[in-house]
Amino acid sequence: MPDTKDRIAGETRALIMDAKDNVAVAIRELSAGETLVIAVPDGSERVVTMVEPIQFGHKFSTADLAEGDQIIKYGERIGRATQFIPAGSHTHVHNITSQRGRGDLKSRSED
Amino acid sequence: MMTTTRAHTQSSVLSPQSSFMGYRRAYSGRAGVRNLVLIIPSVVCSNTVVQRIAQQVPECVFVTHQHGCSQVGDDVEQTRATLIGYATNPNVAGVLVVSLGCETIEGDRVAQMIADTGQDVEFLGIQESGGIKATVELGIEKCHGLLDRANRYKREAVPLSELILAVQCGGSDAFSGITANPALGITSDMLVAAGGTVMLAEVPECLGAEHLLAARARTPEVGEQLIAAVRRYEEDALRMGVDLNKGNPAPGNIKGGLTTIEEKSIGAMKKGGSTPLNEVLAYAQPPTQKGLVIMDTPGNDIESVTGNLAGMAQMVVFTTGRGSVTGAAIAPVIKVATNTPMYEKMSDNMDINAGTVVDGTQTLQTVGRRIFEKVISVANGEQTRSEEWGCNEFGINRIGPSL
Repeated sequence: MPDTKDRIAGETRALIMDAKDNVAVAIRELSAGETLVIAVPDGSERVVTMVEPIQFGHKFSTADLAEGDQIIKYGERIGRATQFIPAGSHTHVHNITSQRGRGDLKSRSED
Repeated sequence: MMTTTRAHTQSSVLSPQSSFMGYRRAYSGRAGVRNLVLIIPSVVCSNTVVQRIAQQVPECVFVTHQHGCSQVGDDVEQTRATLIGYATNPNVAGVLVVSLGCETIEGDRVAQMIADTGQDVEFLGIQESGGIKATVELGIEKCHGLLDRANRYKREAVPLSELILAVQCGGSDAFSGITANPALGITSDMLVAAGGTVMLAEVPECLGAEHLLAARARTPEVGEQLIAAVRRYEEDALRMGVDLNKGNPAPGNIKGGLTTIEEKSIGAMKKGGSTPLNEVLAYAQPPTQKGLVIMDTPGNDIESVTGNLAGMAQMVVFTTGRGSVTGAAIAPVIKVATNTPMYEKMSDNMDINAGTVVDGTQTLQTVGRRIFEKVISVANGEQTRSEEWGCNEFGINRIGPSL
């Protein structure tokens, strides 16, 4: 499991769980235009400017993502981008999609 | 705190961190953390009688359910095994089975199978007894007898290696995988290090994370069993032509920031810690291995916890982000909040706040240790919030249609 204990301080506004991740989790309400310097578990930092407000607990992209890109969180695949997602965008059900248990896609491809 | 003190003074042989004060059941050799008399209907038709008896004998615990009749095949076997497993959980000192008298899963046979294990059991059939009034009167009498016999059990020092801890999450949010579940994972590793058993479940919530758990399997066969169990749920969605993600993650999970089943699963998996996976259990099946095991249950919290308890888990730690208020009649359920706003809003339903990890006031290690200490003190008798409220959710996982 990623060891987040040293990175989680009172002023931290977002978390990147693994160096391979391309999304971060907001642990404060974030405003459009806000710039964050986010610690990465490998010791590096990422600078991301929010393009829109992000709710507590929701994700945003830490890099520009192309349609079809794998979304990585905890160092693992959690879905795929359904459209171009600029860095600092809310990444949720409107622009990323699951790749598991998708009986809806299977029936469509069989049509 | 009083109970912790008692554990310190009475367990002279075993140190407090390696033991709890439990009730030893001679017939099974297992040890309970509670000493309860359970009233259970063998069929939905007995629910009212069970509730009436429980109103008159509030020292007893009870459950109601929707099943026991018009079932066939493996579904009958699973429902019956769940009733018998629940009634013989080591937290239960004695049980009253209330039957109607004409049901598919014959109540007298269920009671006989419970008796065959050596458990203290009483049986009442409503038709045989002459209706509701007569059965309630007889039931009250039988419960007093069961309580008298239950009171003969005294707490004694039991090694932690005999504890089976079910680890659950429900009403998850984006913090489940960041605070409460990884903290509970540390607790799980501590209990496994002490020789105990940690029971994961909720197999559909392994979808997208099953490779991580399978990689830790004790043998290739165990890993293959897990992958196959996960695939069965995924194939249900494929066969029905539906998107599994429309039902799981649930709307509340999505509001909480979780987007896909993969994301939810990877976060959920963390509560099992980092030790090898030793066994994949069928629903309601007791473990034959110690250490980390997983039971094949649905993601539905109530059906999952019911299966865990029928499979002999004595306690549950349940993490929640949105705020679950469920409990179990026969076992303490320790609620761990994933975030401080929910913990503060629902403080009378939460036992521990893991939101301190994102607040920056406590580390995962600290919260993991606090949960472990809570597990010991609750095993020793400290009441959880769900027990204070008398939460008694009970749900049997059905695998066949009602006919």
